[in-house]
Parts: sequence; structure tokens; C-alpha cells
Amino acid sequence: MTAAAPLAVHMRGIHKHFGAVQANVDVSLTVRAGTVHGLVGENGAGKSTLMSVLYGFYRADSGSIAVNGREAEIHNADDAIALGIGMVHQHFMLVDTLTALENVMLGAEPHWLLQRATAQVRGKLEGLMQSTGLHVQLDALVADLAVGDRQRLEILKALYRGAKVLILDEPTAVLTPQETLQLFEVLRSLRLQGTTIILITHKLKEVMGLCDFVTVMRAGRVVQELPIAGATIAGLAEAMVGRKVHIGRVEGDAHTLGEVLLNVQGLEVRDALQVLRLSGVNLQLRAGEIVGIAGVSGNGQSELLDVLSGLLTPSQGELTVLGQRFEAAHWLDPQTARKLGLAHVPEDRHARALVMDFCAWESAVLGYDGLPQYCSGPWMRQQAMQQATTDMMERFDVRPRDPALGSAKFSGGNQQKLVLARELGQAPQVLLVGQPTRGVDIGAIEFIYSQLRAMRDAGCAVLVVSSELDEILALSDRVIVMNQGRIAGELAIADCTEAGLGLLMTGGLQ
Amino acid sequence: MNAPLPRWADLVLLPAVCLLVALLVAAAVVALVGQSPLEVMMALVHGAFGTLRGLSYTLYYATTFIFTGLAVAVAFHGGLFNIGGEGQAVMGGLGTGLAALYLSASLPAWAMLPVMLLAGMLFGMLWAAVPAYLQAYRGSHVVITTIMFNFIASSILVYLLVNHLRPKGNMALESALFADSAKLPGMQQALAWIGVEWPNSPLNLSLLLALLACVAVYFFLWRSRAGYRLRAVGSSPSAAEYAGISSKHQTLIAMAVSGALAGMVGMNEIAGVSGKLILEFVGGAGFTGIAVALMGRNHPLGILFSSLLFGALFQGGAEVAFDVPGFSRDMVVMLQGLIVLFSGAMTYVIAPMVSAALRLVPGVRHG
Repeated sequence: MTAAAPLAVHMRGIHKHFGAVQANVDVSLTVRAGTVHGLVGENGAGKSTLMSVLYGFYRADSGSIAVNGREAEIHNADDAIALGIGMVHQHFMLVDTLTALENVMLGAEPHWLLQRATAQVRGKLEGLMQSTGLHVQLDALVADLAVGDRQRLEILKALYRGAKVLILDEPTAVLTPQETLQLFEVLRSLRLQGTTIILITHKLKEVMGLCDFVTVMRAGRVVQELPIAGATIAGLAEAMVGRKVHIGRVEGDAHTLGEVLLNVQGLEVRDALQVLRLSGVNLQLRAGEIVGIAGVSGNGQSELLDVLSGLLTPSQGELTVLGQRFEAAHWLDPQTARKLGLAHVPEDRHARALVMDFCAWESAVLGYDGLPQYCSGPWMRQQAMQQATTDMMERFDVRPRDPALGSAKFSGGNQQKLVLARELGQAPQVLLVGQPTRGVDIGAIEFIYSQLRAMRDAGCAVLVVSSELDEILALSDRVIVMNQGRIAGELAIADCTEAGLGLLMTGGLQ
Repeated sequence: MNAPLPRWADLVLLPAVCLLVALLVAAAVVALVGQSPLEVMMALVHGAFGTLRGLSYTLYYATTFIFTGLAVAVAFHGGLFNIGGEGQAVMGGLGTGLAALYLSASLPAWAMLPVMLLAGMLFGMLWAAVPAYLQAYRGSHVVITTIMFNFIASSILVYLLVNHLRPKGNMALESALFADSAKLPGMQQALAWIGVEWPNSPLNLSLLLALLACVAVYFFLWRSRAGYRLRAVGSSPSAAEYAGISSKHQTLIAMAVSGALAGMVGMNEIAGVSGKLILEFVGGAGFTGIAVALMGRNHPLGILFSSLLFGALFQGGAEVAFDVPGFSRDMVVMLQGLIVLFSGAMTYVIAPMVSAALRLVPGVRHG
């Protein structure tokens, strides 16, 4: 790991433009063999474009690439694989209906007889799993694998194809804290065995904990490249955003708690297979507070959000929200919730919060198309909708400011800002937010936090569900920890420690 | 990975290139059977557009395709693949015909024709609503049920004609003639009112109804709240659920509108042309509607043009089969097949080529 170590990847003077957008401007990247190299930057900074050039998805307009000291022409992913470059995408490229083993083999079958091929691949994979410590049940269907397992499988797939340089695109975005720790263990052991790893991320904590070197990109250019010893989180964040940012806790004035706006008692939710997802949940939200729900993903937080916003009907429970009482037999529905003044920023931006095929202004009125300013009788008032979207984009700094652009064409952070603009726009009294900053970059995180705090200060009752403990600690006035569908504990923010919360989250303390 | 095409290229250039490729392949086949492709093409274009009479037939065919194409498109925007346009058109025509049979003697034309239209729409709507209900509330897939409903519809029509609607002693499978009030004026007659001379043809005023339907579908899908909700469910059922839109209701609405549009076919074929209820008045137009919608990118304007194209193929093809020896109607079916192949399935093969070609042209901005 000295400076004299050979360069696994050396990209020089890479230019790439899409239409009028300069995605990469004179980008140079030097990745030393056997290191973990962090590539950080906000969404749209050009990290993914750069890696797509390296992996052969895009051709650079100009510039050169050398792999292991040799000049390389990479026209497609096959060229990249032949050069020993493997990529693990953020969204897994796996076939759900095939087994883990079949997925690894897919496209690289060593023999035309399936049985022989399977046996050969199995032998090789078992050796690989032994040496790397990446363990996956080879005969399980991918559909039955947990997210962490799927990611290990993707890494195995790349290694099986001979990857010596492994590109990981936002690998921890979908992982629980525990799975993240496991992944890092694996990456460290891979590094020990000489694999070079390029880690695309915007979680600076991970960079500090894992990487040997880090390259910071902003607006298509490299702004910093330095060994980790010389980096600080604050310094990297500033380099990424171009100004000082603060996303930690803001100790504001002590604010007064108002009346109870949402009160749910004895909540019990069963899924389609009658498995208990939530049980015995009691929860109160008061005006002027942010309540954080912490927990390892899959412990009932998603169901709680869905049931409180009317998307899911519980099997038991009572809900009083903004003066209206509901029972399991006659539960709240999303339209009624909105009418009462309850807004919901869903966890899943792609599947729920936006219609990806719609243009921005159509998505920006989703759920609110019946408001008097947006319609006249059965007709939509398109002008009013577009104008309102322009205003939302202005207020929440959504870029690009084009209401006619397709919802899918915005970056994750800008999509989230658009969703927040929509949900906050009608001055709700109760606000439910799931994963407020998943896939959102630092500059936008700071902004989203300030908006959520502003809602609280204006007397809104805010419920935040997040799998990021830092986020819970930065935002909440009160923290509720969920474990296995139950409330495992409740703490005032002053009493919260990461260790204590971690213990509650894993069910260590009852 | 290719940059997306600019909008104008996607909407105009790409379909034109696809059509051209289909015609080239068809030309090769024509050459293989020993005919001059150019001669056949000239005969086809002349047959479809060369004379007012030919043009009238082209437009007459296109009218039916507009109805069935729109039907497929509306369902498609609701995320449903309605294969049952054929059966819905049959039932719609039955509704139109029944209304005419029982009421035309007592109602004047200004009341009779709207009643026939509404009856057709209602029958088509109900026929589509059953598969929609089964999908929404019972989980049986609409593709399967609409196909089955096509057979049921044609059997019902045959049964009614054989056993109930056929006048006693009449050997032909058709109903009695409607009274005059149930006859939609032909284009020749209508244009004569304003002093324009037009040749005699099956083309009738239902063409205007079809154009009106195009406009109405556009406004419904992109300007009304109902259409907005329907498209939301079609694009993302989970996001629609989040917005409080019931995908079950939207499935019913999409199929009902779709069926009503298919049900208007009877206004062209029954009220406009035959003047009596006959068998086979849809003649596969329900299926052609799928190709029409596919080629027209499920947009009313696109459907208008692709209906025109398919109408021209029908009419021009018939002329070619008549004029050119050794060139049967089947060749026209092949040509249609090629067009569907290239404008549907092969679009994704041709699009990257168009994109690459455009890149060579300086000054073209990519979307």
C-alpha cells in the first residue's frame, strides 16, 4: 500500500458529455492495486458515469484508461470482464427464479451439459467461498435470499468471472447496519487477498472506516484525491458540496409540546400469510415533536407507516388522528388521511412516491389532484398544476427546474425534494416520513433536515422512520425502537446512546 | 447503451423508418414471387389513394380501425391488454342492431341514431366489464378472459341470428332490414347536402364519430382527472395505491371505456353500411386494432395515422389482388404482418440504428 505499488486502474483525462451536460471533465483517477478506493460525490457529480466508462457501458469522448499498467480499450462489459474488472450494481442483476448457483453460472456456463456445468461451477464456487469467507446458500432461490445474501452473491459472481478490480456502486444503500458490517469484513479480507476495490458511496463514515484512498468528485470534476489518513469527514463533505455543511443535531430552542394529534392503541397487523407483523403497538404523536422510529429494517417499521397512512388495514387497533376515530373494521384510507391533514412521504420513492412514467408536474400532484386549485369538475387544471410544480421546485431547489421532465430523469435527491415539496405543500398537521434521505446526497440531506425541523417548529407532529441511526439521532426529540413488530423501548433524545439503541434494536434489552 | 432519441425522431422518424424497412422486405418477397415490387407498390398506393372511390374505401376501413385501436390504447394506458376488442365490437354491433330492429319503426333518425350509438357503447362496455370485474376482484387475467369472451360473443351473435332475429323463411343469416331512420347517412349523401359531389362508397358519417372519439380519448386520458388516475394505475399500481386510487375501480373504468369504444364499430358497419344485423361485420378488426394501437404508440393521433395506413393496406391490397395476376390477398396479409413485426417488435432493433445514424448528423441534439 505504498505509493510505489502498481496502479490497478489509471484513468487519465476522461471527458464525457451527454447532450449539453458535461458529466466528466478531464477526470483522472489512480487506483493502487490491493487498496480500497473510495469514490465520493453528490448525485450527478459524475461518479457513476466514470465507472460506466471503466466498465464499458459508455465510451469516453476522450481520455485513456490503463489497467494494471497496460493501455486498455474497453468497448463493452465483456472487455471489462476480460481485463479483470467486475461491477456490483446498486440494483442487483439477479434472476429471482433461479438458484444462487445458476445465477453465477448464467452466461458463463463451462459445459454444454447442464449437469456437468453445475458440478464444475459448484466446485469452483465452494473453493471461492472458502477462501473469501463469502457464504451463500448455493441451492436457494434468489427470491428467498435476504438482501445481504444477494449482495454477497453478486460479489461472488464478479469474483467467479475473475474480477481483480471490484467496483461496488452504493453497496450499503440497501443493507441493514449488521449486513453493512459483514460486508465490510468481507471487503477487508478481499483486500488482504489482493483484490482492488472501488467503492462508490456518499456515506463518508464508510469511507473513513474502510478506504485507503478517496477521490472526491463535484460537478464532473475531481476536486480531491488523497490518502484516508489525511481526510476528515467534515473536509470531505465540504469538498463534495463545495461549502460547509452541517447534518448533525441542531440544538434549537426548547419548543413546547402541543396536544396529541395522533394516537394509536393496540395495533396488530398480519400479512397475507397471517404472520404477525405488528403487535401491541401503542403510539402517540404530539404537535411540535419529531418522533424517530429506529430499528433494523424489517421489524415492522414499514408496516407501521403503511397502517398509519391508511395503506394497510390492521387486524386490530384503534386510531384517533386529528379528531377522527377509526377502528380496524373501518380503517383510515389514504384519501381521507390527506383530507384530514396527514401527509406521508413513503419509504419507496420509485414504487410509491412517484409515478416514474409521469412527468414531474403529474407526479407533483399525485394524491392531490382533487384539490380545488388543481381541478375544475372532472378536468385537470394543467396550468395551475404546472405553476404549482414550478413553485415547489423553486422552494425546494429541485433541479433541473423543468416541470415537464420525466419523473425518472431526476436524481434521487431531487425526486425526494419534489416528494417533500408535494407532501409539505398542503401544510399537514401530521407528517409521516419513511427513510427521508435514502439515496440522497449530503447537500440535500442538510436541506431536508431543516425542512423537517421547520415543520415541527410550525406545530406539525412528525414521525420519522429511518434505518440510519445517525439520522434518527440528528432529527428526533424522542426515539422509539422497534424489534420484531413490537415497541422495544422509548427514550428521550437526551438518554440515547448508539450502544443503548443498538441493544434495543437487536432485542438485547426488553 | 444509446442516448434516447429526440422526441420528434421517436414519434415521426422512427415509425417512418420501421415502415420503410417493412416495405423493403415486402418488396423482396414480391420480387421473389416474380412480380415487380414497384408496380405492385404503385398499384397499392393508387388503389388506396389514387381515386376518390379508393380513398373512400380506405377511410371506411380506417374508421373501424380507429375505434378498435382506441379501445386497445385506453386499456393499455390502464395497464391492461385488451385482446377482446373483437368480441366487444361484436356485442356493440349487436346492441346497435337490436336497438335499430326494435325502435327504428317508431323513432325519427335524430333520436334513433344516438340511441343506436349508446346501445352499442353500452353493450361493448358491459361485455368488457365482465373480464374487468373478474380481473379486479377475482384475479383471473384479462388477456385470457377477453380472448374467451371473443368466442362467446360471436357464438351469441350466431345463436340470435339463427334462432331469433332471422325473418321466417329467410335462408341468409341476417336480420330484417332496419327502417330508414336507423341508417347513418353515407358520405356521398352527406356531402351532397352541401353540394359536393362524392362517389358512392361504404364511407359514412361514422368517420366523423371516429375523429370525435380520437379527440375525446385524448382529452379523457391527458386532460381529465379520471384519465390521470387511470394512467397512474397503469404506470405504477403501487404509487396509485399510495395516492388513494383504487386499482380495482380503474381496471373497471379502463375496460368499460375500452369496450364502449370497440362497441362503436357497429355504427360504421351496421348503421352506416349494412342496414341490418349480419354475421362477421367485425371481420378481425378487433385484432387489427391491437396492431393499430401498437403502431400508433397508443396515442390518438398516432392511431389516426396508423388506422389510415391499415385502411390503405386493406383497400390498396384488394385492388392489387384484383389487378396484378398471381398476387393474392394473402400477400397483403403478409405485408400487414411485416409492418406489425417491424413497427412493433423490431422497433428496438431499429431504434439504436436510427440513434447511431442521427449521431452522424451534426447539429442534432439528443433528448
